[in-house]
Amino acid sequence: MERVGVFLCTGCDIGASLDAGKLEGVAKEGGAIHFQSSACLCSGEGLSALRGAAEAGTVDGVVIAGCSQRHKVEEFRFDPSKVQVERVALREQVAWTHPPGHEDTQALAEDLLRMGIVRAQKMIPAKRLEEEIARTVLVVGGGLAGLEAARAAAGLGHSVVLVEKSGALGGHLAGVREVVPDSPPYGALHPSPVPELVRAVQGDAGIRVLLGTKLLRVSGQPGQFRVELEGPGGKEELRAGAIVQATGARPYDASKLGHLGRGSSPDVITAAELEPMLAKRELSRPSDGKRPGRIVFIQCAGSRDAAHLPYCSSECCGTTLRQVMAVHQAWPEVECAVLYRDLRAPGQLEHFYRAVQEQSGVMLARGTVKGVAPAGDRLKVKLEDSLLGENVEIDADLVVLATGMVPNSADGEAIRQLRDAKMRIERNESETQVKLNTELAQSLAHHEGTEILNLAYRQGPDLPTLAYGFPDSHYICFPYETRRTGIYAAGALRAPMDPAQAAEDGCGAAMKASQLIASLGRGETVHPRAGDFACADFFLQRCTACKRCTEECPFGSIDEDAKGTPQYNPFRCRRCGICMGACPERIISYADYSVDAVAGMIKAIEVPEEFDEKPRILALLCENDAYPALDDAAMKRATWNSWVRVIPVRCLGAVNLVWINESLSRGIDGVILIGCKKGGDYQCHYIKGSELAHKRLENMQETLTRLQLEADRVRVVELARNELSRIPALFDEFAGKLEELGPNPLKGF
Amino acid sequence: MSAEAARPLLVVGAGIAGVTTALEAAEAGQEVVLVEREPSIGGRVLKNHQYFPKLCPPSCGMEINGRRLSKSPFVQVLTRSEVTAAEKSDGGWRVRLRRKAEHVTQACTACGDCTKACPVRVPDPFNLGLGTVPAIRIPHVDAWPRRHVMSREACPPGCRACADACKVPGAIALDAKDRDEELLVSAIVVATGWTPYPIEKLGELGGGVLPDVIANVHMERLAAPSGPTGGKIVRPSDGAPPKRVAFVQCAGSRDVKHLPYCSAVCCLASAKQALYVKEQLPEADVAVYYIDRRTPGRNESMLARAEAAGVRFVKGKVGKVAQGSGGALSLRVEDVEKGRVLDAEADLVVLATGMVPAGNGALPVPVPRDGDGFALDDRASRVFAAGVARRPEDVAASVRDATGAAARAMAAGRSV
Repeated sequence: MERVGVFLCTGCDIGASLDAGKLEGVAKEGGAIHFQSSACLCSGEGLSALRGAAEAGTVDGVVIAGCSQRHKVEEFRFDPSKVQVERVALREQVAWTHPPGHEDTQALAEDLLRMGIVRAQKMIPAKRLEEEIARTVLVVGGGLAGLEAARAAAGLGHSVVLVEKSGALGGHLAGVREVVPDSPPYGALHPSPVPELVRAVQGDAGIRVLLGTKLLRVSGQPGQFRVELEGPGGKEELRAGAIVQATGARPYDASKLGHLGRGSSPDVITAAELEPMLAKRELSRPSDGKRPGRIVFIQCAGSRDAAHLPYCSSECCGTTLRQVMAVHQAWPEVECAVLYRDLRAPGQLEHFYRAVQEQSGVMLARGTVKGVAPAGDRLKVKLEDSLLGENVEIDADLVVLATGMVPNSADGEAIRQLRDAKMRIERNESETQVKLNTELAQSLAHHEGTEILNLAYRQGPDLPTLAYGFPDSHYICFPYETRRTGIYAAGALRAPMDPAQAAEDGCGAAMKASQLIASLGRGETVHPRAGDFACADFFLQRCTACKRCTEECPFGSIDEDAKGTPQYNPFRCRRCGICMGACPERIISYADYSVDAVAGMIKAIEVPEEFDEKPRILALLCENDAYPALDDAAMKRATWNSWVRVIPVRCLGAVNLVWINESLSRGIDGVILIGCKKGGDYQCHYIKGSELAHKRLENMQETLTRLQLEADRVRVVELARNELSRIPALFDEFAGKLEELGPNPLKGF
Repeated sequence: MSAEAARPLLVVGAGIAGVTTALEAAEAGQEVVLVEREPSIGGRVLKNHQYFPKLCPPSCGMEINGRRLSKSPFVQVLTRSEVTAAEKSDGGWRVRLRRKAEHVTQACTACGDCTKACPVRVPDPFNLGLGTVPAIRIPHVDAWPRRHVMSREACPPGCRACADACKVPGAIALDAKDRDEELLVSAIVVATGWTPYPIEKLGELGGGVLPDVIANVHMERLAAPSGPTGGKIVRPSDGAPPKRVAFVQCAGSRDVKHLPYCSAVCCLASAKQALYVKEQLPEADVAVYYIDRRTPGRNESMLARAEAAGVRFVKGKVGKVAQGSGGALSLRVEDVEKGRVLDAEADLVVLATGMVPAGNGALPVPVPRDGDGFALDDRASRVFAAGVARRPEDVAASVRDATGAAARAMAAGRSV
């Protein structure tokens, strides 16, 4: 911005701590065209003067030197198309945390103010994208979650296309008469909601159902997906704004359950194979067609088992209880025994569990099943460590394995790796290359042909997964936010869940799809920077097609053309800045956040001469966890080293290494990056940002050595949002390390 | 959508469920009024040290949600406010809100001058009464909105210490009065959450009787850096770190004399808390006494993680906790299935108490409820329920249901 004004607040101890006159001098030197000091900038006269200056057009960039960007957000909000705001946290980072009146405190404040002015000067007003957004929601999968998603999206005023690959709606529950209760009365079976839901969906003029149809290709971006389908009537192309993937789960492959007798007798069946008998009210053993006298249900068949599925499939205990109740009601004379490790009837399902326990002829027993074997025309189930004794055998006429569920997902990233490996084999560049890629391709061969969505994305055709094949997301706080913007996973695909939960999940995913379409309509991005509209801008003339941005974007926002030049899709983008951090040519920037702006801030730090013995440390803090933690530490009046200059960044992944080079070459003694936790239980809000920052810094060590700098001058630290008490010690300890190393040898060059 | 539903959606309760419903609807362009009784949002989740199974701090997600609330022009958050009346009006509702006296106004900068000057201390509501805080204070370190709150009823007559110390014009209003406001809304989402089953009702387990018998909700505060002990796990009677910790599962849950249902989160909460203990006190003996270990879905990993840390899971229901010798507590554990009784000792006993739906009776909105007191959707009346007000569930499930509730309530409101 050209006309930057500085508005200094002297309230909240700032005035008592700092020399306001000197700060005014710094503002003028920095090129501010306006300076105003107020005893309380956030209310009364201070605020009206600030607003007045902005509204009169005296200033188009406002530097608020007062409290941190997390406070008084509403008071200091301006129309971003007219006024850019930069907050300089003199309160938290200076007045509350450093000795008042000290020269180092004043120097810190002056640096922060210089940095803020530069940042404001380098901001550019952003334009909202105004493009046509398709309001259609595409739902993939016609099971319970998909049906519910379709109905909910239609209820929110969207046209819906529901694609189901089989010939009928209803999924696994299509042939199931009754379900466990999720509303009163809790002690009884309830009729399945599926038939009514299928009727409602089929009868809804806003929902188009396409059976026997699969996705050939989904290209484009949220708001503008081009969906190519193939069904019984041939091929078709349509537009969709958002996608709900509700492709469900399939029972675990029972052929792997030989240890539970599967395959040893036709009378060892799965829970899914029992369903048609219950639906038709024809209970008979596969071997001889006779009605069984006793059925033994074996829980956790392949679940909670490191050799099979390590997780609990969540719905099998409920399904077994339902099946037992159904058997008991139709054929009271048939005995049912349920063998379990832990009977999992969480929440109000407990009532139904109790009701099942009260049926006569039903036995529920804890124990570990050690084997199932045919004995004459019956089966013997060996049980260990049960209430019935150390080693017991139970006779059964029919054994039902409560198999767990496996998500019908495709690992988009693995598929892409496989495709890349095959491409490299074909290219046949060197023997080693071919050998390595052949091995890789073999290890990934099981992903061949597993595509579901067929996304035309550079990073692969389906949602990336996290663990056990479930799509990656912050599954506690923001469960629907997958790593592909505008594509929401729902139901048993997303996590193990029972039918009632899957229905609820479909509804939630429809909400997110609708929200995305509304947000794009306003030209805004979605979670977690909902409301942002400045997109990444690529200065392609200088692009070297190194592909770092296309490979590292956690959201698959950037495709490539044949030459490897990035093809940015703004509606897939979440504005994290990870591409900007990745780019070695520094060609990616946002109107309100750029490599140049932060580099300018770093240049604005005054680095004292070596003999001053006043080292300088740059701290780049992730504004999601570390920066708020620092704010909280200040609120608690923690104190820390006054050599530190903090710059908040959108994500550690949005840190461009040039900033570190710039800092060190200017004589700054050390750079510390503090960001979110990485790894399997990551807390990084952009999933890969923190991990990428760690990797990039590892690779940077070579550069440091070349500059004849010690590797210890750059440090990266993981910090959780509540670890505020660690921050002062982190700074102090790093400062101590730098003192040990001595001054940056590049100082003064 | 906002044109079709000009009336705002009312969300009652700003815990994780209410905040989620409000935000998901607001970011879709729906006007929302989010009403919260307490001075800040976050409800019970912010009282937790960490979430299972990631063992991450709840403030991490709440930070994002607070920012979303600050940023969205479509949502208005009214803290220290309650719904006092509701009547049907043109398909939607006309509600009356009681806005509690704003003794500290929006002008507050959270500088803390008033807190330093305040001569009175009150039991800390955020820390469940463990420890005390000044009568005027920031509710807690993660409070949003970041503004002081005054326990006005605790002020000595004539005391003006905070008002005199405050340098921000208009931030403190000692004479502020409650106000009533009326609002027309399209639909109501009840997200009033839960209260812990009172441990005083579990006298046989030492609840409310023995000082070293605490509830799981207290353990969260003990382990949290923002808690009364700064995150140190100690036994209340002497402040010493416990050498033996026993977790009593289904304390008042799955029990027809108390709560007949399972509260769905306590097994996981205890596995998580057992890990808190093991992390701080690796030498401590930690035992979890259970009927069934209910750690469904991907949360199964919590069991393996706790076992790997040396936590013992012992099958059996604790029938009695009594004062033993030398300051220890004695536990009687019944394994009904095997017909045997075990005796055990511990220095600290944590009762895994369940969740009781809150808002029963207190909320003037007619909400259908099931026999356990959980709220049910009433589509015809455009009243919907979200989170634990609706069913016992964990945070991830609350977020899921709250997102779905936003869709149902918005859809219902579209036809106003």
